[in-house]
Amino acid sequence: MIQSIRQNWFSNIRGDLLAGIVVALALIPEAIAFSIIAGVDPKVGLYASFCIAAVIAFTGGRPGMISAATGAMALLMVTLVRDHGLEYLLAATVLTGLMQIAAGYLKLGSLMRFVSRSVVTGFVNALAILIFMAQLPELTNVTWPVYALTLAGLGIIYLFPYIPVIGKLLPSPLVCIVAITAVAIFWGVDIRTVGDMGELPDTLPIFLWPDVPLNLETFMIILPYAIMLTVVGLLESMMTATIVDDLTDTKSDKNRECKGQGVANTITGFFGGMAGCGMIGQSIINIKSGGRTRLSSLSAAVFLLLLVVFLSDWLSIIPMAALVAVMIMVSIGTFSWGSIINLKKHPLSSNIVMVTTVVVVVATHNLAYGVFVGVLLAAMFFANKVGHYMHVRKSMSEDGSTRSYKVIGQVFFASSAQFMESFDFKEAVEKVVIDLTSAHFWDITAVESLDRVIIKLRRDGADVDVIGLNEASKTLVDRFGVHDDPKEVEKLMGGH
Amino acid sequence: MKHIFACIDGSRSAEAVCDAGAWVSQRVNRKLVLLHVLDKKVYPTRTDLSGNLGMDTRTHLLDELAELDARRSKLALEAGKQQLDTAVARVREKGVDKPETLQRHGHFVETLAELQEDARLLVLGRQGEEHHNAEEIGSNLESVIRTLSCRILITPPDFTPPEKVLLAYDASPTARKVLYIIARSPLYKGIPIHILMVGEENDANQRLLDEAREQLETEGHSDVVTTLKVGEVEATLLGYQEAQGLGMIIMGAYGHSRIRQFLVGSTTSNLLRKSPVPILLMRQ
Repeated sequence: MIQSIRQNWFSNIRGDLLAGIVVALALIPEAIAFSIIAGVDPKVGLYASFCIAAVIAFTGGRPGMISAATGAMALLMVTLVRDHGLEYLLAATVLTGLMQIAAGYLKLGSLMRFVSRSVVTGFVNALAILIFMAQLPELTNVTWPVYALTLAGLGIIYLFPYIPVIGKLLPSPLVCIVAITAVAIFWGVDIRTVGDMGELPDTLPIFLWPDVPLNLETFMIILPYAIMLTVVGLLESMMTATIVDDLTDTKSDKNRECKGQGVANTITGFFGGMAGCGMIGQSIINIKSGGRTRLSSLSAAVFLLLLVVFLSDWLSIIPMAALVAVMIMVSIGTFSWGSIINLKKHPLSSNIVMVTTVVVVVATHNLAYGVFVGVLLAAMFFANKVGHYMHVRKSMSEDGSTRSYKVIGQVFFASSAQFMESFDFKEAVEKVVIDLTSAHFWDITAVESLDRVIIKLRRDGADVDVIGLNEASKTLVDRFGVHDDPKEVEKLMGGH
Repeated sequence: MKHIFACIDGSRSAEAVCDAGAWVSQRVNRKLVLLHVLDKKVYPTRTDLSGNLGMDTRTHLLDELAELDARRSKLALEAGKQQLDTAVARVREKGVDKPETLQRHGHFVETLAELQEDARLLVLGRQGEEHHNAEEIGSNLESVIRTLSCRILITPPDFTPPEKVLLAYDASPTARKVLYIIARSPLYKGIPIHILMVGEENDANQRLLDEAREQLETEGHSDVVTTLKVGEVEATLLGYQEAQGLGMIIMGAYGHSRIRQFLVGSTTSNLLRKSPVPILLMRQ
């Protein structure tokens, strides 16, 4: 117990505190930008980022992962905020949290195994595109200094790290923000600033019950949003957790993470913050800066709060151009550029799944729909592929009176048509033997097509003999437990 | 068939662990497995606080971190192999025919917990690689004792096969079980056993001691000595051990209840720290 507290909190103090500062500095522009996407005051995103990062440090299942207000979640809230206002968003946030806790107890984290690699890639690419698109309003119909400052900001972000010594000691997004703000004030450039976008926090977050009528009508308004937020929040959190697992070569507790996200969102809703989830970009920054344990998330939250409360006057004069530059960096960093190069290498079906996921998300602005379509497509492609593992071998007895069909492989809904076509119903024989010892019947469709084959053959006057039906139909039973036992699997899948 | 596991690392204790492992495995006629665990630690990485995300930072970062880990792991693996080779040579010299070696990645305590099913006895050094002060006990040792439920032989940096051993006995259910196992085990056959009870000098206690001696004698142990002493447990045990020149202490450990886990600390770890001879800790 004491050992694990030390391991989870204090095994990497210096790295965690430094990374916490870097992450906090990067969280500020993101939280503000995502608040703007959702259509709420920047303080809603900033309070959310603080609350979520602080709570998840204790409740999460993946030490070293950063959770806060995110773009994926913000995009889902737009219509709720526009049509019903902030209070309904807070209520939806609380409901989201409760549903995520339930998902954690129902161990839904394990459903992530149905989300294939291509869908994950499609998800992050779509997310990157959406974050980029959300910056476009700041870059259309504006004066030339905005473009100049944005470009200069991007230049600073990407080139500053190459300066010897200090390049690796100062976070370049921070340098970008400070420099652009200084330039804008010095020359008195008249451009939009963060202060124009809404209220910034000036106090610590306080506990508030969301000001909504507690009735069925409210519930029905927030429920669809909460469902989407739950799904997207958990998806992105689980994906981020996997990324952090890979980077640090350690394990995480996915179901605990689900519950942790839920607790964090529930608390956030009561402290005036919007729903959030695991952040891919920030978590990578955290690991890159040396953060590893729970302390990194907590210190990021604490630094964020200190910075925001004490520097709120300074925050309001940051030009939007600087923020846009940081967000463009985030979208470039989130996008999986390797996936474009891999388009040539990967099979067409994977590419279709990935691109479809992206297209659906960009069209609907809802990552949940994209993932849903992606998973469905991937499952269809898989069924189609496995359906090819079916073959019917024909042979005729020497006297020409008995026709034998030996069925090998997987018979289910996707291969049953092919199964039917393998029989020659026109042939006039006295006896037909169907050998199923090496076949697997996976579903009702398969059984039904076998019935139809037998009836058709009988109608034509043949005696039909079916061998090995018992073995073949064992896979029909939904006994998943069997597959955990190697011997049982051997029995079930034997005969090949 | 359960084996004897001897946990090897780069510390001074490794030689004593080999010797003790060899001694036990020959006495009880079980296979000796020399185990080396590559405990993965969090290494400080190069400080990069630039905080920006470039194209495919994730992939590059993964490659970079994997590369660093790979280099460290290779070195650690190599060092571990050498330590194992040295250990194999040493136990061969002591007359163990075919020692097995096992190298595993993972947290030391967790690895042992996974292996304890196959372990009849575990030999550990009192100090790990990072300790140089003779009074200190290894940081892993306490959590090993707390977590595992198999028999553990903890040896100081020198191991000499005992000529006489001390059995700490208090007639508690744990102690009775220890006595039962010791009586039937070939480990101490032919070695004089001193049963020491720390408690009031009365007839009841004396009777308990006589019963214990009888139990040992029916299983074929000769030269059993019983002693009843008043005093503080730790000091009395160590004082008696020193006075009689006993080469090993056998004792039961506390049960596994949560609260008791915290209590393992006091008596047991004090004894571990101060005892000049190996201690066989039996947890039932």
